[in-house]
Order: sequence, then C-alpha cells, then structure tokens
Amino acid sequence: MLREDSALSDRVLSIDTSGVYYRDLNKMLREGVAKGAREFVLRGVTGQRYIGTGLVERVSIKIFGTPGNDLGAFMDGPSIEVFGNAQDGLGNTMNSGKIVVHGNAGDLLGMAMRGGKIFVKGDAGCRSAIHMKEYRDMRPTVVIGGTARDFFAEYMAGGEVVLLGLTLPPGVRHSCAFMGTGMHGGRIYIRGAIDPSKLGKGVIIQELSEPDWETVKARVAEFAAYFDMDAGAILSAPFVKLCPASTRPYGVLYAGRN
Amino acid sequence: MRNLDRITNPFNDDKVIANCGIFGVMNTAGGKMSGRDVIEAMANMHDRGNGLGGGFAAYGIYPEHPEEYALHVMFETQRAREETERALQEWFRIGAQEPIPTRNTRGIANAPILWRYFVEPLQEEAIPPTPDGAIALTPDDYVVDRVMVINTSIDGAFVFSSGKNMGVFKGVGHAEDIGTFFCLDEYQAYLWTGHSRFPTNTQAWWGGAHPFSILDWTVVHNGEISSYGTNRAFLEMYGYYCSMHTDTEVIAYATDLLVRKHGLPISVVAKVFAAPLWQDIDRMPSPDRETYTALRQVYGSLLMNGPFAVIIAHQGEMIGLRDRINLRPLVAGSKGDLLFLASEEAPIRLVCPDVERTWAVQGGEPVIGRLFEGIVEPGVDRSAVYEEPCIERFYGHKGQREVHSLSGMRAAM
Repeated sequence: MLREDSALSDRVLSIDTSGVYYRDLNKMLREGVAKGAREFVLRGVTGQRYIGTGLVERVSIKIFGTPGNDLGAFMDGPSIEVFGNAQDGLGNTMNSGKIVVHGNAGDLLGMAMRGGKIFVKGDAGCRSAIHMKEYRDMRPTVVIGGTARDFFAEYMAGGEVVLLGLTLPPGVRHSCAFMGTGMHGGRIYIRGAIDPSKLGKGVIIQELSEPDWETVKARVAEFAAYFDMDAGAILSAPFVKLCPASTRPYGVLYAGRN
Repeated sequence: MRNLDRITNPFNDDKVIANCGIFGVMNTAGGKMSGRDVIEAMANMHDRGNGLGGGFAAYGIYPEHPEEYALHVMFETQRAREETERALQEWFRIGAQEPIPTRNTRGIANAPILWRYFVEPLQEEAIPPTPDGAIALTPDDYVVDRVMVINTSIDGAFVFSSGKNMGVFKGVGHAEDIGTFFCLDEYQAYLWTGHSRFPTNTQAWWGGAHPFSILDWTVVHNGEISSYGTNRAFLEMYGYYCSMHTDTEVIAYATDLLVRKHGLPISVVAKVFAAPLWQDIDRMPSPDRETYTALRQVYGSLLMNGPFAVIIAHQGEMIGLRDRINLRPLVAGSKGDLLFLASEEAPIRLVCPDVERTWAVQGGEPVIGRLFEGIVEPGVDRSAVYEEPCIERFYGHKGQREVHSLSGMRAAM
C-alpha cells in the first residue's frame, strides 16, 4: 500500500497525499505504525476524512492542507497538528491524545469527546464541545482561541472548555446562541463578554474560584505555547464560568419526578 | 461467490457515510471558466454522494442564443419526444434544436433521451389562455406555465432547464461522472453550481437529481425540507406544480414567485425561507421587529423547515443559505472576483490553492455574490451587526454593500 515516494527514515514517514483516497491514506498510516514509524508528515491534504481514527499508538501526525471531516475521531493516543483549517467533526468521540489546529475548526468540534485535548487557534463552528463527558481521570479539554457559534457546549456532561475570544473586535460579544443548553456537568470558562439572553436554559454564570483559575491558567499557558502567544496578556482580561444549575435538567420532563 | 472484502474488513468501515455535497463558484466580474474545476471540486466531495444523483447549473453558456429560452428536456420514450415537439411547435418559435451532447462515461447508464430547444414564445396575441382561464402576462409567465403543462401532462417528458443563456445538466450517477457525461469541460460559464446526491426520502431518477430549476433559477440542496407539504400546497395556489418527487423543487418555485412575481429582494427571500426565530424577532429594534413579524405572517407557508444548505443561482447572482440553526454545512471562500460556496472547505482550496479567505456561512444569513458588484452580503451573524458594524473588517467587501434591504422590502410590501 505504501507508495515508493513515501519516505520512511528515522521513523518519520512523509506522505504526499494529493489524490489519495481517505481509506488508502488511513491504511498507509496503520501500515506505517506497524513498520515502526513514530511521526507522520502528511502534505497536500485535501478533505481526506477520518485521519488518525482508530489509531491507539502515541505517534505524531503533522498535517499540511485541509483535513476532512472527523479528523481524529475515536482517536486514542496520537498527537495531531494541523497547519491549516479543520473541517467538521474534529475529535469526534476522541478518547485520548491531542489535536492542535493552527487555524479555524468547523462544526461539532469535540463532539461527545471522552478524553484528550484540543487546541484551536482561531474560531470554531456550531455545536462545539457538544455532549463532552468525563469519567474519573478521563477529563477532556478544549481550548478555542477565537469565538464559537450557536449551541456551544450543548448537553455538556463533563470536561472543560475554554473560550478565549481573541478574534473578537473590541466591543463585540460572543454571539453563540443557546450556549450550554441542557448542560448537566463540566465547566465552561469564557474570556470576553457574553450576552446573557443567549445562554441556554439551566445555565448559570459564576465567578471563577481559585481552583478554576489554576485550571484556566494551565490551559491558557499550554495554548499560548502552541501558538507562540503571550499567556499573561490573555489572562489579563476577565473570565466568567458557566455551570449547570442542575445535574439533571430534564429529570422531571419524562420521568415525572426528580 | 462471497465477497471476502466484506467478511474480512477489520475496521467495519463499510457504512455509507454520504450526505449530499454542494459547490458553487462565481466570477463576479463576468469572466468565464470551463466546467473542469467544478467537476474536480465535486470529485473531491465524492463521498458526500452515493452515486444516485449528480448535476450542475451553468450561466452564460449560450451566448449565441441570448434571448431564447433554452429548454433542456428529458424523454423516457421517443413518443414522449414527438408529443412534446408537436406541443413546442404550437407554442413557440423554435430557433434551434439538437440532442444535448454527451459522451460515453463509465458509471452512467440508462440515460433518457436528452434534447435542448432554443425557443421564444409566439407573439403575445397568439398566446393562448392558461388552463385556469387567466391570460399569461409575460413571456416568463408563459414559459413557466408551459413547463408545468409538459411536466404534468405529457407522459415521460420532463423539462429540467428553462432559462436564457444558462443550462442545467443532471442525472443518476456520481456528480463528477455526470459532469464528464455532459462534456461540461467544453462549456464556458461565469457561474457554476454542482451537486452530488444521497437520496434519503425519495427515489433516485434522472429528473430527481439536482439542480432543480424554473426559468433561470436553480437550486442545489443538502438536507431535507420537512415543510414540503405546506410549501407545495401554497405554491400550487400560484400555478406551480411539483412534478419531480423531491422536496428541493419547492425552493426553486418559491424563489421565482417571491423575486419575479412579488418583487422581494433576494436578501429578504432568505429571511422568508430561513426566518429568524421568534425570540430573536422579539429582541429586534423597531421597525425591523414589525417587518420580520409581517414577513413571517404573510409568508409563513414558505418557511423552509428542516435542515438545509442551499446554493440558489440565477442570471447575475449566486446565493448561499443555511437553515437558521445550522443543521447542514456551508463554507464560503473568495479570491479577487471569485466567490466560492461549498459543503466543505477542502474542495475550495483544491481548485483555488491561493484562496484569499474562507469563512463559515451562518444560519439564516445569506451570502450573495452579484455580477459586477462582488460579494454584497457575506453571510455572517446579523446580531453582531446590531452591536457593531464589523463585517467589513472580516471580509472587506468589493463594491457597494446593500446595507439592509428592508427599505426595499417595505416598498415591495
């Protein structure tokens, strides 16, 4: 499957992905792992889906171009770095590992994410961090440098999302409507102004506690390191925390009794 | 014989992952492009379709027939063709007629008989009354009426394109194969749209592929219109009869009704199809609040409910629109005079590696590219505009921006 122009040296495998079908590309990655590659450099990526899906090794994948939908879906271990924009479904149901995007992300970023970390330099689309969850030491983290769109962190059940608003012009608020609708777990930290009328039902705004601040500082420091930014400047603006008013927002809707 | 691939597929990844793909490109300065790029873009989104429908619309392709309606017709039988041609001769002056050129293409089978006719309605006094007794008023009205007559009364004949200096090419197959089949690389257009289909609710047949069209309006659509029944009933009151067995058809007819007959600007039509939520209307400043309320009251039956991302086009304009809660994707891109719209960003970057900017179109906010004016609406959140006019910062418009078309709409109402 691996083509002759795919050079494997020093356990680094470079692949020119132009015109390569997504199934063939993902087979190349799996075969590369089996042959001992620890780092992949994918060039000319144009829309191939599911890159990194199902990989459980701690390999690194550098992507140049525009990876397709469901990048890193169900991924369990690899580190992916995207030099470009990501499309929809980034980190869908991801289990562990890390994705860093030097650009924007599409809709459904971190959907149903169970663990691992995602850092996006720019904006994210609709339904980002929807239904993230956590269990014991599995605690997913999403940091978005810009703003996000409607249904941000809807049905959130666990983990943490940090929304930094760095792409918003002065005086413009985050405009995501239905933020945190149905949220019943997890933590949302937001830098920049929000419009309370756009909050989902059952979500309350709080000030950050000392442990919250420690978390935010650590996440922002990691974010700033990936994108060569000044963490101190980012942290100098106020943050708010959104949390669920109840852990069972719909407890009485169908069951009748909370 | 057993297909061992299916038994030994260790990743169990043979699920159908399709969900229609749409693409559009417009040169707002009027420069023409062959269909090669749009075919390549559709091929890049191959997996969004499942081979059960593909199609394209192209504008500016018949400069030798600028004032004649180009009727593209599919016939299931020679008899349907003969019957249709007899009718066309009775209704129109036929300037030219010929088979639509096609080439043998792997993956395309069972094509109907495909012909095109360049026609003009006979002198107005010769235009016969429509079946309901009213006299057709304009040549456009007359053509719409005759298209409806053919599609609903001649067995096995379907007009699938009826505009001037433009054409729809569509059928059953993967989009890129349909493009090759119709030799679209040999046409030159300033505006192209494309569609790959993954039929969900209705059968795949040649007439059911996208784009859907009437006159020079075309629509390619990813999603489903769950308000189809309501929309269709409303349109029938205005003489539009749905005959293609697919929900998207109502968008083409509704656009023609609202723009050509009712005189609404396309930016307002977008607010009829993807109306703001009531809770957002309640928060709007006056007089927008009253205007949007009136729009929902008057045109509630043309609200397009359900998930959609569409590219609507006609002569001189390309419009991208997503449903108001963003249930289907739409990405825009621009470079110089070029405006791109697509279900995914990758095909835009594939055909235009040096695209200057790409952005996510927001639900209910139309992107509008207009000939000789550029991108007149960028398709971003209006609520951000209420607070601070920051759109230019993002997208740096060319030409004059249509600030708010509500005044035009109020005049029209």
